[in-house]
Amino acid sequence: MFVTSAFAEESAPAAEGTAGAGAETHAGTAVPGEAHGTFPPFDPATFPSQLLWLAITFGLFYLFLKRVVMPRLGGIIDVRNDRITQDLDHAAKLKGEADAAVAAYEQELAEAKTKANAIGQQANDAAKAEAEIARKKVEAALDKKLGEAEASIASIKANAMKEVGSIAEDTASAIVEALVGGKASKAEIAAAVKSVAR
Amino acid sequence: MAADKVDPIHQFHIVKLIPINIGGYDLSFTNSALFMVATVAVASAFLYLTTASRSLVPGRLQSVSEMAYEFVSNMLRDAAGTQGLKFFPFVFSLFMFVLVANLLGLFPYFFTVTSHIIVTFGLAALVIGTVVVYGFMKHGLGFLKLFVPHGVPVFLLPLVVLIEVISFVSRPVSLSVRLFANMLAGHITLKVFSGFVVSLSALGAVGVAGSVLPLAMAVALTALELLVAFLQAYVFAVLTCMYLNDALHPGH
Repeated sequence: MFVTSAFAEESAPAAEGTAGAGAETHAGTAVPGEAHGTFPPFDPATFPSQLLWLAITFGLFYLFLKRVVMPRLGGIIDVRNDRITQDLDHAAKLKGEADAAVAAYEQELAEAKTKANAIGQQANDAAKAEAEIARKKVEAALDKKLGEAEASIASIKANAMKEVGSIAEDTASAIVEALVGGKASKAEIAAAVKSVAR
Repeated sequence: MAADKVDPIHQFHIVKLIPINIGGYDLSFTNSALFMVATVAVASAFLYLTTASRSLVPGRLQSVSEMAYEFVSNMLRDAAGTQGLKFFPFVFSLFMFVLVANLLGLFPYFFTVTSHIIVTFGLAALVIGTVVVYGFMKHGLGFLKLFVPHGVPVFLLPLVVLIEVISFVSRPVSLSVRLFANMLAGHITLKVFSGFVVSLSALGAVGVAGSVLPLAMAVALTALELLVAFLQAYVFAVLTCMYLNDALHPGH
C-alpha cells in the first residue's frame, strides 16, 4: 500500500544515488541500492551492518557505564547516604546531650529546692527553739519573781498575823482599862484573844 | 523535493556513509551506525560530565543522572530482588541506550535507531540470551522448571508446559516489536501530519490557514512522542528486569 507507493516516489532518483551515497545524508535524495522495494526497517541487507555497529556501540557503552559511570554514581549516592546517616546520628547524639543537660538541670533544680527547704526548715526550727528558750527564761524569771512576791506576801501576812495578836491584846487591855478601870493580867487577855481568834 | 518531504518512510532509509565490505557482508558505517554512535556519545557524555563534580548536594543535571540511576536500580530490585543487582549495569545501559536513542530520534532530520526492528531485536535477543545463559549456568537443568509451574494437575501439564514454552519463545519477539512498532508508528504519524502542513500551505492563503490544524496536531504528537520515548524505554527495562528475575528464580 503506502509502502509501495512511497517506494515509487523514491525509486525515480535512486538510479543516480547508488554509488555516491557516501557523502550525502537524508537531506539529499540518495537512496541506497539495497532498498529494492522493501520497507527500510525490514530490509535484510542492512541487518549485518546494523547488528555489527549495535554490538560495537552498545558494548562500548556497557563497558563505559560499568567501569566509569556507575561506580561514580553509586559512590556519590553512597557517600551522600553515609553523610545523611552520619548527620542524623550526630543530631541524635546532640539531642541526647541536650536531653541529658535538661535532666541534669532539673535534678539540680530539685536538689536546690530541697536544700532551700531544708535550710528554711532549719532556720525556722532554730528560731522556734530560740524563742522557746527565751520564753522559758522569761517564764522562769517571772515564776521566780512570783515566788519571791508570794513569799514576801506570806511573810508579811505571817508578821501581820503575829502582830494581830499583840495588837488585839493591847486593844483588849486598853478597852478593859477604859471600861473596867482595872488592869487585867497579860496572860488572861492573851488567852481570851486566842479563844476569840479561833 | 516536495514529494520527498511528504514521504513518511524516507526517514527510515539506511544511507551508507562509509562503505565497508568484509567477507561478502555489508558492514558499512551507515546513518544508523552514526546515530548509534551519537546515542552512546550523548548518553555517556551526559552521565560522565554531569557527575564530574561529584557534588554532595547535586545540581539539576547531576540529579537527572542520579534519578536515572536510582530509577533503574529500584526497578531492578523490585522485579528481581537484591540478587538482580548483578545485572544492574546491563539494565542501566539498556535503559539509557533505548531512552537516548528514542529521544534523539525526535529531532527533525535525525535518524531513529530504535525504529529498525533489527536493532530492537538485537537488544531483545541480548536480553533473552542473557536470561537463558545465566539461567542454565546458575541452575543447570533446574532452569527448565521455569516451564513447569507448581500446583498444576498432571493431565494439564503438557498443555501448560507448551503454553509456557511458547510464551517464553515469543518474549524476544514481543519485546523487540513493541519498541520498534511504537517508534515507527509515532514517527510516521508525526511525518504525515508535518507533511500535511507543507502540502496545505502550498495551496495559498486558505491552505496556510487550514494547515494550523495539522500543525497543532504535530505539536501535540511531539509531546506524546516524548512520553512514548520515555515510556518505551521504561517498558523495555521493566520487562528485562522481569525476564532476568526468571533467570534468577526459575521456580515460580
